[in-house]
Amino acid sequence: MNTLPHSPSVESNELRAIRMRRIALFLHDNIFAITVLALVMLAGLLAPLLTSADPDFINPGMKLKPPSAEALFGTDLLGRDVLARVLYGTRASLLVGLLVALVALVVGLLIGLVSGYFRSLDGVIMRVMDGIMAIPAIILAVALVAIMGANFITVVTAIVVPEVPRVARLVRSVVLSLRSEPYVEAAVSLATPTWRILLRHMLPNTLAPLIVQGSFIVASAILTESALSFLGVGLPPEIPTWGNIMAEGRRFFQLLPGLVFFPGLFLSLTVLAINLLGDGLRDRFDPKLIKRA
Amino acid sequence: MIFYILRRIVATIPVMGVVALLVFSLLYLAPGDPAVIIAGESASTEQLEKMRKDMGLDQPLPVQFAKWIGKVASGDLGTSLHSGKKVSEMIGARVGPTLSLATVTILLSLILAIPMGIFAAWARGRWLDKSLMSIAVLGFSTPVFVVGYVLIFLFSVKAGWFPVQGFTPISENPLRFLRTVTLPAFTLSLAYVALVSRITRSSLLEMLGEDFIRTARAKGASERRVLLRHALRNAAVPILTVAGSAAAFLIGGVVVTESVFNLPGMGRLVVESVLARDYPLIQGLILLLSLVYIGINLLTDILYSVFDPRIRY
Repeated sequence: MNTLPHSPSVESNELRAIRMRRIALFLHDNIFAITVLALVMLAGLLAPLLTSADPDFINPGMKLKPPSAEALFGTDLLGRDVLARVLYGTRASLLVGLLVALVALVVGLLIGLVSGYFRSLDGVIMRVMDGIMAIPAIILAVALVAIMGANFITVVTAIVVPEVPRVARLVRSVVLSLRSEPYVEAAVSLATPTWRILLRHMLPNTLAPLIVQGSFIVASAILTESALSFLGVGLPPEIPTWGNIMAEGRRFFQLLPGLVFFPGLFLSLTVLAINLLGDGLRDRFDPKLIKRA
Repeated sequence: MIFYILRRIVATIPVMGVVALLVFSLLYLAPGDPAVIIAGESASTEQLEKMRKDMGLDQPLPVQFAKWIGKVASGDLGTSLHSGKKVSEMIGARVGPTLSLATVTILLSLILAIPMGIFAAWARGRWLDKSLMSIAVLGFSTPVFVVGYVLIFLFSVKAGWFPVQGFTPISENPLRFLRTVTLPAFTLSLAYVALVSRITRSSLLEMLGEDFIRTARAKGASERRVLLRHALRNAAVPILTVAGSAAAFLIGGVVVTESVFNLPGMGRLVVESVLARDYPLIQGLILLLSLVYIGINLLTDILYSVFDPRIRY
């Protein structure tokens, strides 16, 4: 987390205190975002406790009912309980968001380290990244899903691919700026193996910007996943997600706006909270990022 | 200057090449034999053989790629598997609504976003700044389709001011055109407004820390003059850059917006082609939209160097 070049052995109590204070301030400043996120996560985890309704239970006698005491958010065309579907849908959305961010960060980190450190490969790698970035993310994802077929792995892959170039560029720019630092040159002159320089000197410095970038990727991945589902090329329809609940409900929107609004509200609040958290992380831990990105 | 512009244009060639390569390989990423995909599952072995020969699928991949590039460069994007029409004609028929939507959206966004950013910078740290920037984060976080349905609900279903869906071209009836394009443009502009107003505010604030601003204030220039004349002029370049490069946002948003409002544009054609697995059409659309994106970025970069005389490469 700490971007200062230091060795753990000299870390004093004061340094630790400063760090604790920073974290406390961060928690204090972002209380809204953290609360919303915690609630959304709990909603997903505790879905079976929060509602007794089965999200997949088809009830022909309960088709398209408006919100009532039995079904707080109403029911859809198949008579399924929308509240239950929205709560269970939280799982798919969060899982896709976190997984995409994790994979995109790891892949982007590797590509960025290689591209920044090995100058001979840089040109080719960066041109490929530019090419991927030139294709609008949603369109690339839609096309990839269409071609590979829609299942959990292909949807995650399709959302990861457009996110990778930005991570790679970010890491590359950090590596490039560090290459000429005296302590890196010292390491090179001492014949330190390349992998050790990358691991010991480059990697730790990329962590702060990567964590910030990662939070934005989670938000954008959740948005992309819901857009894919909304367009009918997302996760298979038997997995409830906020996007496909809306997609199924949009035909009856004028009759029952809740079919679109309830999942939309969950989606928007979640993405808002993650974006705010990302802003907070950046301001507190990586103020340089604004200039770098 | 001209040398720089030429160099910048030449630099887009490898990017276009990579995009073309990616688009070309899409067909080969698909599981199964491309000939079967194109001819359909029911094709006989002889038909498939003939297909491979006719389309050159029996030749090595680099040769196929070279031939494909040659055709694309001469404007031939192939024929749709679904309708049998030329891909270029099918896309051409859909350009109108998308172009109208994009134009109105960009105009609307700039009219909204730049004053928002200026007001936020003027009221920095006060409640006006905070509420404007909260609206911006909200706009950034709310998915296009959620915004679209909220607007349809409020202004079409409840108030009845706008049609729920559909599109009328401007050449047919300018008034009806405005009625059909306003809500989609508002929907699409929200994220863009958020981005541009944020960058307007932050680049203005950065400028306000500069020495020449202190000089202007020392001369007794009013705050209004300092902001609009001294700071905004110098902040125009970063604002322009972000506004240009965020066009990718717009292109992606077009797909969803057109789907929500049922506009017969290129975005909906993307979804239709994907659902029908019409590969030549998918390839043509991606290629074209990416070229538009590269073109906008190129233009932004060139304008950047025209507007900021300090930038010399």
